Amino acid sequence: MSKTTASKESIREMICISCPIGCHLQLFKDENDSVVVKGNRCPRGKEYGREEYFAPKRIVTATCRTDSEIFPRLAVRTDHALPKEHIDNLLSELYQMEVHLPVKRGKVILEDYAGTGVNLIASITLEGGGNEGQVRSQL
Amino acid sequence: MTKSDVAIIGAGVSGASIARTLSAYELSVTLLEKEADVSFGTSKANSGIVHGGFHHNKKYLKTRLEIRGNLMFDRLQRELDFPFKRCGILVAALKEEEMKYIDHLYSQGVENSAIGIEMCSRERMFELEPKLNPDVVGGLYAPGGGIVEPYRFVFSLVESAQKNGVELLTGFKVSRSQPSGDGFLIEAEDGRRVQANWVVNAAGLYADNVSAILGAEEFTITPRKGEYYLLDRLTRAAPTRVLFPVPTKISKGMLVIPTVEGTVLVGPTADDIEDKEDLATSAENLDKIFDSARKMIPTVSQNDVITSFAGLRPALAEGDFYIDISKKAPHLIQVAGIQSPGLTASPAIGEYVKDLLKKAGCRLTEKSEYDPFVEKVPRIRDLSHYDADTLIQKNPDYAHIVCRCEEISEAEIVEAIRRGHTTLDGVKYFTRAGMGRCQGGFCSYRIIKILVRETGMTYEQVTKRGAGSSLLVGRL
Amino acid sequence: MKELEYDVVVIGGGAAGMAAALECRKNGLQTVIVEREEHLGGILLQCIHNGFGLQEFRQELTGPEFAEEFIRQIRDSDISVLLGTTVIDLVSDATGKEVFCYSPEYGLVKFNARAVVLAMGCRERNRGNIRIPGTRPAGVYTAGLAQRLVNIEGYIPGKDVVVVGSGDIGLIMARRMTWVGSKVHAVIEIQPYPSGLTRNIVQCLNDFEIPLYLSHVVSRIEGKERVEKVEVTPLVNGIPDADKAFEIPCDTLLLSVGLIPENELSKKAGIELSPQTGGALVDSTMMTSVPGIFSCGNVLHVHDLVDYVAEEARRTGSYVASYLKGKQPQRQVRIKAGANVKYVNPGMFNPDKPDKLYLRTLIVKNNARLEVKLDNRVVKSVKKNHVQPSEMISVKFSARDVADMQPTSDSVMEVSVQ
Repeated sequence: MSKTTASKESIREMICISCPIGCHLQLFKDENDSVVVKGNRCPRGKEYGREEYFAPKRIVTATCRTDSEIFPRLAVRTDHALPKEHIDNLLSELYQMEVHLPVKRGKVILEDYAGTGVNLIASITLEGGGNEGQVRSQL
Repeated sequence: MTKSDVAIIGAGVSGASIARTLSAYELSVTLLEKEADVSFGTSKANSGIVHGGFHHNKKYLKTRLEIRGNLMFDRLQRELDFPFKRCGILVAALKEEEMKYIDHLYSQGVENSAIGIEMCSRERMFELEPKLNPDVVGGLYAPGGGIVEPYRFVFSLVESAQKNGVELLTGFKVSRSQPSGDGFLIEAEDGRRVQANWVVNAAGLYADNVSAILGAEEFTITPRKGEYYLLDRLTRAAPTRVLFPVPTKISKGMLVIPTVEGTVLVGPTADDIEDKEDLATSAENLDKIFDSARKMIPTVSQNDVITSFAGLRPALAEGDFYIDISKKAPHLIQVAGIQSPGLTASPAIGEYVKDLLKKAGCRLTEKSEYDPFVEKVPRIRDLSHYDADTLIQKNPDYAHIVCRCEEISEAEIVEAIRRGHTTLDGVKYFTRAGMGRCQGGFCSYRIIKILVRETGMTYEQVTKRGAGSSLLVGRL
Repeated sequence: MKELEYDVVVIGGGAAGMAAALECRKNGLQTVIVEREEHLGGILLQCIHNGFGLQEFRQELTGPEFAEEFIRQIRDSDISVLLGTTVIDLVSDATGKEVFCYSPEYGLVKFNARAVVLAMGCRERNRGNIRIPGTRPAGVYTAGLAQRLVNIEGYIPGKDVVVVGSGDIGLIMARRMTWVGSKVHAVIEIQPYPSGLTRNIVQCLNDFEIPLYLSHVVSRIEGKERVEKVEVTPLVNGIPDADKAFEIPCDTLLLSVGLIPENELSKKAGIELSPQTGGALVDSTMMTSVPGIFSCGNVLHVHDLVDYVAEEARRTGSYVASYLKGKQPQRQVRIKAGANVKYVNPGMFNPDKPDKLYLRTLIVKNNARLEVKLDNRVVKSVKKNHVQPSEMISVKFSARDVADMQPTSDSVMEVSVQ
């Protein structure tokens, strides 16, 4: 098998981001047309390479508007990595939204986005009513 | 359309001073400025030096006005609200042969009655300025020289003028003019019009263009660029006096200037250019300036730089001020070629122009209700902790420190905005917020928010210094 | 005006301040945090991206999530907090420490404290500091200011962006600006290698096909009122090659060119600073040259991981408690930055209580070796897969490491990287 892949060109090259080493991965197609990952130093690299090739996903972090003047933006995040092809639509949608305070960290803002099973959740607790920051001056 | 007795074109230090002087008389005066705020032209890049009266021969108008103007600053400081310090000026000779220039400057100074002017031995030079280069062989000391914050000075002159009835029109770029009676009907690019019996052309870099529009004398203003570097207030190289090298034919040289607020300026260069809007600094001049500065204070270091900027002097070929009644248009006073010592001379320029107007036939009756004083804005950084406490009790916004590098409070920023400074730079020049070592990295967003709140501007309307210099392009 | 007595005043309510305050309170000290914003959390609140807390919480949190872990603990404690209040002056003498602040609510507030913890964080290096020539139009921002504008205030500073500096802040902002609809045309990096994490190169640049120009500088900014373009020049052996300069039209420049610990207050108090870090010189108890004043977090030295900040701050808090109980280290050994090491914090080592050391190297290297010597004898040697200046290194000492050490009062410990 290796003789066959050695004479082929890689179908994709990438850097693995599972750990700080950053192995340079090369992906090839074998004679069964399966994707093979080379260059990884550990099994996580193999998994990352395949996933990145077939179904690249990313954690998305952004902000959306609130109804508070003190804290006009709410930090939000996807609770899991979202398939890349949905990111632009997610961003468009969340920029149109306005979230009503109070919001607790972890509250689901958008559920099961585009049927991916990934939720958009609040990344911070904003209590609203002037106590957005949760702690007031107390001497 | 605005009708007034006098229209002054240009609200730099000359126009501002003229406006204030005229505001003491029974005259309606309109002050026209093409930028978004006063002092936004050459005056904001001024080195802030009040000159010592020895650099030029008395035969020049600029010298006579410099000498007179210098003496007026103490009173102006009492009446107006700007920082000024008579810290003294030193001209340092680094070589024995330079002492003959020092001699010459000293003689001029004596002839000009420059107060307290001294020839200094090497020892005396070090007594006056311990940080000087040990190679200094001697020099000149003019204790009458000093430093101001140029934009605070101009702002204050204009405020005083407005308090006494002068109307300020900003964003007014003179584009057309036609005779109207004995005077002029002036039109701005945006269509606004002012009809005035008398016009003063104090348009700085554009005095030649304005003169042409008014159908008056032809002359050429050549922009002469000066680049500066500003050093952190904690720099070891901060001198006590303003330090000059021996001058050259084209300029007074590259200096080390302690600013009145405690930072240090090095520069300026002097390069004739063509484009009246070219305010770029260059890498080549950086080295030139620092090499020159280190000749006077060896500890000057590029590591202390917090920002740099350039200014354009409005140079006339003759080198003297051109302040006179126009020969082509008897109701026009030309005030052109006001290079150094323009700021020093400006109080006297005001008087001189007033006298020219009188000579040209303008009736001047003193206003009984003229009030030379402007309200001084308390600045929390100048107060002791306990006085600050009293101020905060009166206005809690004094405790909201917005610019932490220079210790500027929200109250001062609000005051700047209420006095008409509604751009980021305008707020900066009035309060100093954003002029410290972080150069606005921390406070800019706060100032923007306060501007929006106080003026009702939309975010797109908030600018750095007027039209075209938008800070924010969108809202999420 | 108010005059108040506390055991310890913590200046700054970010990650370092909160962690130090919690530890102080845990040790029974009357503690107050003074914070100039209207809320706790510091810079973490605008760092809405993830990557925080891997060590501290074994989770990958966003900045606000990390901050909230501490904010909740503060809220549930009886630590005093004074928000919207700026510390103006810090004075230390034999009788104690005086902290002067301006509070909109109370006016002048004077704290009389037995100890002070400096946790003020840092500011950003700006255009003036790196002296980019050209005009001064609107549209030149430091990356942190842009981050504040976008993430907290909800404003977009520009549409066509060039980022200067490939550190993590610059890379994160390259992605953020793209995600708010702006176009990022390039990231310009002066070094021949990127200084941010590889994962950020992939997720912030490669994902959006944003070109990274290594060994390049922005040599001029152009634009009358607003940025119109920048001139970019490649470096050959560190020298700009003007012939190969090119232009990138843009309306915004984001500068991510370094952070500087904010020690103006420390200077007022007469605290000795290190020229290598810009932060205070501290001994093994995190105490500065002024007895009773301690320093931790970004104001001590710029960190990459907030997890390290929390560890360092907690350690500082517990040393504050020891100090106030009259406990001092029996012996301390001076630590020297050896070959290829820029600095080590703290600056002294206590063999009876060996704490973690944090350091930065001057080199980029794979398969490097970190060596700790005591009086020229190697006492610890650690293999490092990869080192680079923009990644802080930590060194832990085990009981065994210390057992063999026989330090005297003149001993010197040296840390080097080869």
